[in-house]
Amino acid sequence: MVDNVNNWLNDHGDYLYRFALARLRDPHLAEDAVQETMLAAIKSNSFKGDSSARTWLTGILKHKIIDLQRKQFREQPISDLIDLDASDTSMDDFFDQSGHWLDKPQTFNMPDNTLEQKQFLGVLDTCMNKLPKKLKAIFMLRDVHETDNEIICKELDITATNAWVMLYRARMGLRKCLELNWTGA
Amino acid sequence: MLTCKQASQLVSQSLDRPLSWRELVQLRFHLLICNACRHFKQQLNQLLIAIEQLKNETVLDQTIQLSTDAKTKILQVIESNP
Repeated sequence: MVDNVNNWLNDHGDYLYRFALARLRDPHLAEDAVQETMLAAIKSNSFKGDSSARTWLTGILKHKIIDLQRKQFREQPISDLIDLDASDTSMDDFFDQSGHWLDKPQTFNMPDNTLEQKQFLGVLDTCMNKLPKKLKAIFMLRDVHETDNEIICKELDITATNAWVMLYRARMGLRKCLELNWTGA
Repeated sequence: MLTCKQASQLVSQSLDRPLSWRELVQLRFHLLICNACRHFKQQLNQLLIAIEQLKNETVLDQTIQLSTDAKTKILQVIESNP
């Protein structure tokens, strides 16, 4: 059993870790995801050899990523979110009373060389990690892990409307953070 | 007439659900006359493209590895798991 895991870790551990890190953007969570994947893999015995071990393990990992984000989401106090009804004031930073933009969005100067590209992605990474934890968890699930909304609502135990509101806030915050921190070329 | 706040909400929701005909017509009309909301829509598209690039970059970066410590810890957890 331990030999199996040892082999999986040697052959696929780095790949699984990078896969998890790409979708969780947190080294500790990514390590947890690999660990949970290994635990599930030895318990399941479902490897049939008709797919590669890597494909099989990655399939398990995808579910574990959702599990971990659900935990992240649930562990955060509700005060992280303020109220989610339509009359809320959380968008006052972005719009005036009559619903006009306070700061009109400008498109980003997208990077046009490798160095800039690296800097841009670095800013994006920082901005994603600055999101309030609950918003980060749902945003990562939807826009990074590309989970179906139906699954997100079921896993996080929220209504579709709440999910749309939270995703809207996360995207608004993120694009603002990019505007402030990425000046481009 | 949609406000920019409403239009931006619909732009975001269009990534998560199919909009109704009425919403689509209202949104298209708003985007036709509103530069700022058009830019907002482009920003979200740029954001999603950048996320895809960041994911690919991370997955392909061979210098990112599961640390020896993490591997050891995982093996310990497996061993202590009945």
